[in-house]
Amino acid sequence: MIWLIFAFGVWGLGWWVNTRLAAAPRTRVTGLVVPLIFGITLIAIWEGVVRGLEISPVLLPAPSMIAARFVASTDILWEDFVQTVIKGALSGYVLGCGSAFLVAILVDRYDFLRQGLLPVGNFVAALPVIGMAPILVMWFGFDWQSKAAVVVVMVFFPMLVNTVQGLADSSAMQRDLMRTYAAGYWATLLKLRLPAAMPFIFNGLKIASTLALIGAIVAEFFGSPIRGMGFRISTSVGQLALDLVWAEIVVAAVVGSAFYGIVALVERAVTFWHPSQRHS
Amino acid sequence: MRQSVLPVLTVVAGIFVIWYLASIWLNAAWAYDKATRSGEELGVVALVADTWSQEKPKLPAPHQVGVEIWDTTIEKKITSKRSLIYHSWITLSATLLGFALGTGLGIALAVGIVYNRTMDMSVMPWVIASQTIPILAIAPMIIVVLNAVGISGLLPKAMISMYLSFFPVVVGMVKGLRSPDAMQLDQMRTWNASPSQTFWRLRLPSSMPYLFTSLKIGMAASLVGAIVGELPTGAVAGLGARLLAGSYYGQTIQIWSALIMAAALAAALVAIIGLLQRVTLRRMGMA
Repeated sequence: MIWLIFAFGVWGLGWWVNTRLAAAPRTRVTGLVVPLIFGITLIAIWEGVVRGLEISPVLLPAPSMIAARFVASTDILWEDFVQTVIKGALSGYVLGCGSAFLVAILVDRYDFLRQGLLPVGNFVAALPVIGMAPILVMWFGFDWQSKAAVVVVMVFFPMLVNTVQGLADSSAMQRDLMRTYAAGYWATLLKLRLPAAMPFIFNGLKIASTLALIGAIVAEFFGSPIRGMGFRISTSVGQLALDLVWAEIVVAAVVGSAFYGIVALVERAVTFWHPSQRHS
Repeated sequence: MRQSVLPVLTVVAGIFVIWYLASIWLNAAWAYDKATRSGEELGVVALVADTWSQEKPKLPAPHQVGVEIWDTTIEKKITSKRSLIYHSWITLSATLLGFALGTGLGIALAVGIVYNRTMDMSVMPWVIASQTIPILAIAPMIIVVLNAVGISGLLPKAMISMYLSFFPVVVGMVKGLRSPDAMQLDQMRTWNASPSQTFWRLRLPSSMPYLFTSLKIGMAASLVGAIVGELPTGAVAGLGARLLAGSYYGQTIQIWSALIMAAALAAALVAIIGLLQRVTLRRMGMA
């Protein structure tokens, strides 16, 4: 009962503080603190409700339990992280995005190809590509190569479509200007069209960053060696060791956010000239 | 639109050609293996014929998948457990339920975010952060836990679909509800419009183009959610279960037919929303 009151108390307090802060003029500090308080409040309510209602840890472990388990099994988590993220997701991400980028430049040279490939690519990007996972696991075996292949297939089309669209983004006037400078195809590509395409390319890279992690983890449900995040999640669910599952989820969430954040930071550095990046 | 028909057809034809060639290449090993065991010499024609008609090929040829789809949709009774239509319906119902829940939640959150500063500042960053979590990875746990609580069947799968589809709706609707510019909002004020009138007459109508774009993304995402949600239920029913069962027993043709069916379903659902979008926007005089 005390824990329930605690949960409600924290809720009220967090809400009150946030309302006060939100009413104040917006600064960089409040922009960071307000969501932080919201998140801490959520975790505190979770802890309070789980303890207050005595929910079985088989259903929903308390955050403190998850944290304890996380600290206790860092070696397992690290092994899974290397297997899934470094070997599976990252290699697939680099391969998939790189090849999509090259294909996009190739496609862009031929108008006919572009007109044909863009609708098809858009169509494929909307399909449940993740369903290819069992087939690719069958082709490339259980180890990380098949996970990388799934990631390649998943990120290829979103990246392709975005890059092709980006390369078409420079206006006719700008291209005419390059022609008056007597710039050839490559000079125009490097000096004008690629820089102009950067916002689109980074949009594709961002979408691909979340897809890569999902692809690598889900592909492990269809068969994997005895390590990896997807493997650990599916077996630990079977053993009702939900605290370990949640620890893996924490890792996945942190990795996913960090991955996205890094891409966003690089974007800010590269496309500093774009209106969406200008902050007053 | 019309001038892109020929290029699209060319690309699609190219994909089919590559598919057929790849199935020769990938299945050749097995065909040679079989031939040496029975002591036969394989000619080019015999090789091609064999690679396109194996029972469990590494990559089935398109016509094999086509025959399998025909067999399991038209030839079978809909109620039969081997009918692909039956499995598609299971997946579709979870998708639609999750999509409806996700759209509702997304619009409600977006209205809250636009009208409440506290919500804007505290919820919006978490909405974005929530999508960097690979939710599909924890789908099995959600299903198992909800099963343990006594919720089973359609709802757990729909929850996953909901989680995946609410995000594009929130982002699109927030953008859409904020799209009227200061001039239009001032105009409403000169007419002495109440906040609810501003919402119904100005903000909601001007958010429609954004809404439909997000609905398309959300629909595709919720189908993926429903399919992945079916994996851990032990391959009972649904397109995801067909995929899993196919991968257990090496039935590649079954996997491919489920995959093509899922693709067709996604395309049909997105096309329906596209149609609704065109009709709605035309009646509103926006397209």
